[in-house]
Amino acid sequence: MLPGQLTPEQFAGYPPGARRIAAAHIELLRKLPLGFVPLLLREVVTYDWNFPAERREVDSQFTYLESLSAPALEQIMAGFAGLTLSPRLANLDWAGAPAVFSEELSAHLWSTRQIDAFRAAAKQLVDRVHAASPPEPLPARRLAMVVVGRGVTENTQPLFQKLRPHGTYYADLRAPDGVRLLLGAVAARARKHPIPFAHWYIDGAAGEKPPDPAVTCISYGALEPVRAAVLGKLRAMIVAGKGPEALRTALAGMKPADLGLASEGDAEIIDRFRVRILTEGSGAQIFSTTFVQWTARELLRRAQPLTVLARFAPRQSERSMYEMIADGGKSAAFDPAGSLIDADMGAWYTWLNHRRLPEAEQSAFLAWFEGHGSAIAIGPAVEPNREHRGPADMAQVLAALA
Amino acid sequence: MSLKDAPNGLQEAAGLAGRSRRDFLRAATGASVGRTLFPLAPGTARGAARKTKTVVVTFGGGARDQETFMPEGHANIPHLLHELIPRSTFFTQVVNRGILGHYVANASLATGAYETFNNFASVPPPTPTVFEYFRKDLNRPAADVWVVAPSAGFQRIGQSSHRRYGAGWGANVVLPKRLLAAALPMGSIAEYERLLHDNYETPLYAPEDAGGDAEVHRIAEMLNLSVSDFVAHAGTLTSPDELSVYIARRLMRQYAPSLIWITLHDIDIAHAGAFSLYVEAIRRCDRLCAELWNTTQTEPEYAGKTMMLILPDFGRDSDEDAGGNGFQHHRTGDALSRTTWMAALGAGIRENIFVDRPAETIDLTPTLGALLGFATPFVRGKPLEELF
Ligand SMILES: [Zn+2]
Repeated sequence: MLPGQLTPEQFAGYPPGARRIAAAHIELLRKLPLGFVPLLLREVVTYDWNFPAERREVDSQFTYLESLSAPALEQIMAGFAGLTLSPRLANLDWAGAPAVFSEELSAHLWSTRQIDAFRAAAKQLVDRVHAASPPEPLPARRLAMVVVGRGVTENTQPLFQKLRPHGTYYADLRAPDGVRLLLGAVAARARKHPIPFAHWYIDGAAGEKPPDPAVTCISYGALEPVRAAVLGKLRAMIVAGKGPEALRTALAGMKPADLGLASEGDAEIIDRFRVRILTEGSGAQIFSTTFVQWTARELLRRAQPLTVLARFAPRQSERSMYEMIADGGKSAAFDPAGSLIDADMGAWYTWLNHRRLPEAEQSAFLAWFEGHGSAIAIGPAVEPNREHRGPADMAQVLAALA
Repeated sequence: MSLKDAPNGLQEAAGLAGRSRRDFLRAATGASVGRTLFPLAPGTARGAARKTKTVVVTFGGGARDQETFMPEGHANIPHLLHELIPRSTFFTQVVNRGILGHYVANASLATGAYETFNNFASVPPPTPTVFEYFRKDLNRPAADVWVVAPSAGFQRIGQSSHRRYGAGWGANVVLPKRLLAAALPMGSIAEYERLLHDNYETPLYAPEDAGGDAEVHRIAEMLNLSVSDFVAHAGTLTSPDELSVYIARRLMRQYAPSLIWITLHDIDIAHAGAFSLYVEAIRRCDRLCAELWNTTQTEPEYAGKTMMLILPDFGRDSDEDAGGNGFQHHRTGDALSRTTWMAALGAGIRENIFVDRPAETIDLTPTLGALLGFATPFVRGKPLEELF
């Protein structure tokens, strides 16, 4: 089937919000090339469980494309229209199951060496959409805070090496109650800017008590039953002799209800997010350090929050990983020293992802080695590539980032 | 796949990556800057080729510049930097323009053509492999060519489906993990799980049950492995790559193959997202390369007549590409994920030479053909003339 033959009935399997959006824009969808329209539908089909920032992205793509004259639309779609697709792809149920098509398209573009052409076309489109619909100004600067090193008694490795050129390094930060102060800062921001899905606390262990009802918490410890359910389903498939592709498909199809989560409304959006972390994030089911880094990455990319506090915890050792695979992990040993190295890299990645969001030049970032008195602060009012000599306290550092 | 994948200019970024790598290597290894190359006439190396032994080491799980040749990665590759590269002709930019999956990429290295089959399918490469070219053209026996492969998915890498080659001309492929699984007594699999983990592409992927597999038993017999010795030795090893190197060294002693191809894979633990484990695997890989090199210098059948080639199959995603997640995967196809390097050292290879022009991973097999004197009629790559 080609896009020109689309009918509203083909969206019958979509959730209500997605069905409404697709039907409202069917005239446009019919004009788009096959190399593009399922990718747009892939973003539409999850509309009901998307964060507001993601819905705005979808809306602005429609608004932009519908604003174009026929020749301008043809021009921006030329890169996609020029892709050589196979009859097999055209015969897939790309309207009903756009995610499946998207995976197949990706494999096809790789094997026919068209992936670079696709990426160039996608980049051009995304840039144009963003230029045509600048984001609303933020009510406050974004703040991301990363806490590393829980459980580490001794460390001789220099930390935050990649981040140091961008901010001020504190070698003597005295913060015995630093975690409480950071949680308090998240709560204060959540109360001051009560926006849904804007303030988050991620923890690699069980986590502290949520500092405020307006802060969304997501912790490795609290998701233990969900992780166990995901791993149990995977293990059963492996025993049945399924290969990596079948496993990936099964993971992609898992829903909160399959894993013992049942919720509605905003809570369902958060549960869907949790499930995607554990089903799409390679290694997030196994290592708590990967879980924290990947959650922060997906949160920043998808929800574009105002505030994130991400606190790493020791992950299980590599040996424990194998034992877990073999027997379900009856005895876990932890690797705090390795976890510190993971978390140091995780802090760098969190900053890179933070920097990709709108108003990045105004955003503030803190990475802190808890219990060991070193930290790096990056923000518009903080001097880059500098070391703060002498003692400092957490309130002082937070004030410099405010 | 997402619309937000941000492409880089491949050529441009590959050039940048190559330059910074080269400059750093010169500083670190003391090679003279601007040393001129005087390529010898093709064929001068061939006189001795028929007696030459060749060891190819691929990293089936690429490593990035940052963790290897850039200053911050210096500490991870002491053996390569100080022992092997100073003895090498070193290609600073080797680009892989094919599919970035480990089986299909290693098969492409072996065929000298970018293969396009499904990375996860158990299929032979359609283009003839270097093993078939070598054996058929030089009339070598089966025991002269071996592949030590990291995972079950590589089982068919040794022999193509090409009608002019294929049947009877391939390499022996040994899968050390399957050998070990077959040798282990019932109920002890869990104890050896760290050596048996098949691949890192998915969070959980156990090795296939090797029971009843005639091929596994045939290989075990050829290797003359005593089950109890093998299992006891495996107990002292910490990783699958150590197991692979143990098997490779055993093969070298037993059959002294003229062509041995070993694919290391520990580095690919990066897919689990733990940076420390990825770096630890690079360090192990660096040490194992030196151990293999030392074996070629001390085994009487190899000493003084062995050429060794070391190259990753490709890189990993750059930190800068929003479509990826840095070191964890190789999904974006950005320039850094496609760009790697190759060290060639040993018999007939000039030492301490850096080659800055871009080469391709598919140049490996035609290069081996030209060096060793066999025809490679179906390759798409070109011989690397700096090695002649
Ligand atoms: Zn890999």
